[in-house]
Amino acid sequence: MTKLLQWLLGVGLLLGTWACLVWDLVPAQLSPQWKEVVWVAPMYLLMSFACYSLATIGYRVATFNDCEDAAKELQQEIEEARRDLAKKGLKLS
Amino acid sequence: MASKKGSDKYSVLLPTYNERDNLPLIVWLLVRAFQQSGHDFEIIVIDDGSPDGTLEVAQQLENIYGKDKIVLRPRAKKLGLGTAYIHGMKHATGNFVIIMDADLSHHPKFIPEFISKQQERDYDVVSGTRYRGSGGVYGWDLKRKLISRGANYLTQILLRPGASDLTGSFRLYKKAVLEKLVESCVSKGYVFQMEMIVRARQLGFTIGEVPITFVDRVYGESKLGGNEVISFAKGLLYLFATT
Repeated sequence: MTKLLQWLLGVGLLLGTWACLVWDLVPAQLSPQWKEVVWVAPMYLLMSFACYSLATIGYRVATFNDCEDAAKELQQEIEEARRDLAKKGLKLS
Repeated sequence: MASKKGSDKYSVLLPTYNERDNLPLIVWLLVRAFQQSGHDFEIIVIDDGSPDGTLEVAQQLENIYGKDKIVLRPRAKKLGLGTAYIHGMKHATGNFVIIMDADLSHHPKFIPEFISKQQERDYDVVSGTRYRGSGGVYGWDLKRKLISRGANYLTQILLRPGASDLTGSFRLYKKAVLEKLVESCVSKGYVFQMEMIVRARQLGFTIGEVPITFVDRVYGESKLGGNEVISFAKGLLYLFATT
């Protein structure tokens, strides 16, 4: 099953369950309070996911390692390499 | 089933285009890394008809380090990355293949770490990651980091690939695994790199990760334009719908 199909299946099941409960398509006697909760649940989940996503991405950007040392080390190695290669006979015009 | 150090050979594939300045440096670093670790290796340079004389520099390196260590497999013009790998692998004598960028953004010092990681659990693929552990990047501003993390988050949500860095191209493959993957992939550019990992998972191959540092020295030339974003989105949707 492709990821697309997995998502369609998952979303389909969730929305199907929600529709059944909210529009009384199944004989589940939900009290009015619970109906309220279920009615707003999809939107609530979507908003929560959006907030979670923003927070996660923000956190990952903030903690993205900056490799200053790697860059410096590379510069030194480049110089060493150039000297050694010139000794070995490399000619760069 | 751990491999014996004595019988393993590592073929490094270096597709190049206009890398006249960087090629000697990356080769020097590779030779040093392998000499220090003691592993058997060869470097296969696949130059796509670079107009700046990259091939001529490669020939000098061949003379300095020997034809068994520097293998030249040039092509007449710039063709795809996938075909470069296929072309390079045809003459590879190693049982492992390492792919990496030739512009010094990937550092050969991580190769021994890739090798140890692979031997840990006989992984089919070892992928370098910029996003976990001590991995990271030098030379990216906030905007670039944001785009990178945002795109990566999207791929994790949609593809659940089991690897943290999908667009990275610093990897170690078992040769037979790379051959199988290249023939199953159809995308181009860095979407190709994404597809390789996704297909690897699909085919049941095991993937290990090693944190790497990515030193971006060409960012100033604006590698990430609107076109790249669009082709990334298209590639992601293609993989989402077909794998």
